[in-house]
Amino acid sequence: MILSALLLQAGYNAALVSLGAALLGAAAGAAGAFLTLRRRALMSDAMAHATLPGIGLAFLAMVALGGDGRFLPGLMLGAGLTAAAGLWAVQRLSRQLAEDAATGAVLATFYGAGIVILTLIQGLGVGRPAGLETVLLGSTAGMLRADALVIGFGGAAVVAALWVLRRPLAMVAFDPIHARLMGINPRRMDAALMALVLAVVLVGLNVTGLILIVALLVTPAVTARLWATTVSGTATLSAALGAACGYGGAAISAGIPDLPTGPVIVLLAAGAFALTLMIRGHADG
Amino acid sequence: MSQIPLDVRDLTLRYGDVLALDGATAHFPKASMTAIVGPNGAGKSSFLKSVLGLEAASGEVRAFGGPVADAMARIAYVPQRAAVDWSFPVRVIDVVLMGFYRQTGLLGRIDRRFQAKAMACLARVGMQDFARRQIGALSGGQQQRVFLARALAQGAELYLLDEPFAGVDAATESAIITVLKGLQAEGATIIAVHHDLSTVADYFDRVLLLNRHTIAEGSVAEIFTRDALARAYGPSLMLAAE
Amino acid sequence: MDEFLILSLPPMVIASLAAVACALPGNFLVLSRRAMLGDAMSHVVLPGIVVAFLLTGSGNGWVMGAGALAAAGLSALLIEVVTRRARMEPGAAMAVVFTAMFALGVVLLEMTGTSGIHLDVEHALYGNLETLIWLPGPPPELARLALIAAGLALALRLVWRPLVLATFDPVFAQTMGIPVAWLRAGLTAATALAAVAAFQAVGSILTISMLICPAAAARLLTTRLPMQVAVSLGFAVASAVLGYVLAGYAPLWLGLPYTVSASGMIATVSGLMLVGAALTASHRARARL
Repeated sequence: MILSALLLQAGYNAALVSLGAALLGAAAGAAGAFLTLRRRALMSDAMAHATLPGIGLAFLAMVALGGDGRFLPGLMLGAGLTAAAGLWAVQRLSRQLAEDAATGAVLATFYGAGIVILTLIQGLGVGRPAGLETVLLGSTAGMLRADALVIGFGGAAVVAALWVLRRPLAMVAFDPIHARLMGINPRRMDAALMALVLAVVLVGLNVTGLILIVALLVTPAVTARLWATTVSGTATLSAALGAACGYGGAAISAGIPDLPTGPVIVLLAAGAFALTLMIRGHADG
Repeated sequence: MSQIPLDVRDLTLRYGDVLALDGATAHFPKASMTAIVGPNGAGKSSFLKSVLGLEAASGEVRAFGGPVADAMARIAYVPQRAAVDWSFPVRVIDVVLMGFYRQTGLLGRIDRRFQAKAMACLARVGMQDFARRQIGALSGGQQQRVFLARALAQGAELYLLDEPFAGVDAATESAIITVLKGLQAEGATIIAVHHDLSTVADYFDRVLLLNRHTIAEGSVAEIFTRDALARAYGPSLMLAAE
Repeated sequence: MDEFLILSLPPMVIASLAAVACALPGNFLVLSRRAMLGDAMSHVVLPGIVVAFLLTGSGNGWVMGAGALAAAGLSALLIEVVTRRARMEPGAAMAVVFTAMFALGVVLLEMTGTSGIHLDVEHALYGNLETLIWLPGPPPELARLALIAAGLALALRLVWRPLVLATFDPVFAQTMGIPVAWLRAGLTAATALAAVAAFQAVGSILTISMLICPAAAARLLTTRLPMQVAVSLGFAVASAVLGYVLAGYAPLWLGLPYTVSASGMIATVSGLMLVGAALTASHRARARL
């Protein structure tokens, strides 16, 4: 069953999920490579958690306007808005606090607010809130052709943008002062990178959920970094690893009942990292 | 006179309550090689950073007759010890190639021509054999030479260096000074923060004595005197030097 | 007994105790730039609880707590190993380890059919503060958290001086013969203990929030460490009580006949307190200039 899923023979839906997860993994791997080079790994965690209030608010807004509230582009718009607000909050608090404290505080607060809004929705009993909490851990079971297309186009756009910006992104990550003297605006580059990571987070909500999307961004990237000696090598390898884990994870979970897709993808990536660490890790330290 | 590479007037920089620069004024003629000398905390690094616009200082800075921002393509900067992540996945040649960014831009192809130019820059600092090494695998002095090669790649006419000889080995020191003198011979202007008073006369032809404001500036022969040094450093230096 | 004493006081006290237990180590996490350790710790608790349940078949709080503590210790160790052997920024190492552990927890939960019967993921995230009522006696979480909060306070008092030195200037502390590495490990252990204890009662969001927000807010408003710790405890208790009350009564005031998540509301309130502290602090800084 796993084998047939790996070969895209396990039915239309399973094939769709596998391809979607592979595209997401590639985009996340590529974006994550630049994110970790910029040393902002956990920023993506704060961003992912900050999508939750937006999802809830978007649901409420759509219900108030007479919809059923589960219109995906609407939910993603809401998620994007509060995630951007969370990002802004991290930057603002970082002026006064260490960045890690600012990140953690924003993560917890936005997430808490999101939970409050979700319980509010449950209490209101409006629309069709059932399954809204799948954004926490993702759910590929009901993935539609349209969802796979969103993931595919979104992922391709992210990869294309990263390819165009690869030089300034690498220069800002390596030596921001030099980059600035060479006419690159580091703040603008950071904003662009965060926007691309946000796009990956939004697309990934459907597959891995907001808690585990950070693994798709970070784990393949740090694995690739232990092998590659150049930035483009790191990004390419990271994207390939992400795609392989996404594809393999989706196929395995399609083959075994009850096995959730997102966590399996994450465990595959973690396995690749552990193996790499044993082979390429520094013995001393 | 309008084409003077760098003309600084009344540069003032404040960090909170601390005055790092207090109306420093200096001008640097074309093809000169100037040492910025002064005691610790005199604002030497701040002077370079303020000139480059990396610090928000007040005052007037003109490069090649216009605002510095318009002349950035003609200026290269080598920091004291670049605060970079040394485990970053870049090879030595990749670091030097970053110096061509103004020419390659986002998508311009990095072809053989650029590779060859980068190798030539590395050869000039004696690092051509290390081109494929990861940047973190080099010694501190070698890393300093690579950052100088990156500055060379920029093809600048004005070079600002922050303590290029601090903590480097003798081979690196002589390699760097040879490169700088060569640049000067080609018509470039060099400005370097310098710590070692004993080598100022050998390495440089002009001196800017700085202690938050300008104590003196001019040729080594006329400025590098006991009297001026005492005014910059206080009398204690004389005892130490004796 | 009065309805308030049965239904509202126990969860309010439990939330306050959890907040205090987290805020104590949180002060030192924030100072030593390890704030995100709280995020990591509260996520790795899940696989520990699941494995403990699978091994013993017992739903006893102490057994699950021990499992969670073991998982937290294991992941702290893994984070150290990964940081060193991969020469990686600690944040990335944490992200790799905690997501792997959490994913393992979810997979175990789903595969063994444990989910839905005794444990579920959402429960672990939100906590179940509202169900900790005085019926028929005090909920066991009350005594457990009181014990752990008191233990953490006592331990902090004992190692206060060397811990402050080691946090402020580890190199100097080392030369003074202070066991810096042990203190660091101790702080990790205290964080894990607080996270596990709080997690069982109030869920993971509240744990992360209480480890960071009160300490960060206090840091912005105070200049001396004893004062910072005291103020952070004040913030912790205040957000627990205020958050609980708001979650229980604010919807009623709006005419809605139900309550919202208390853990989520407490986390939100503590975040708003941090925002207030940040604005106050920058206002003061401007006034000084």
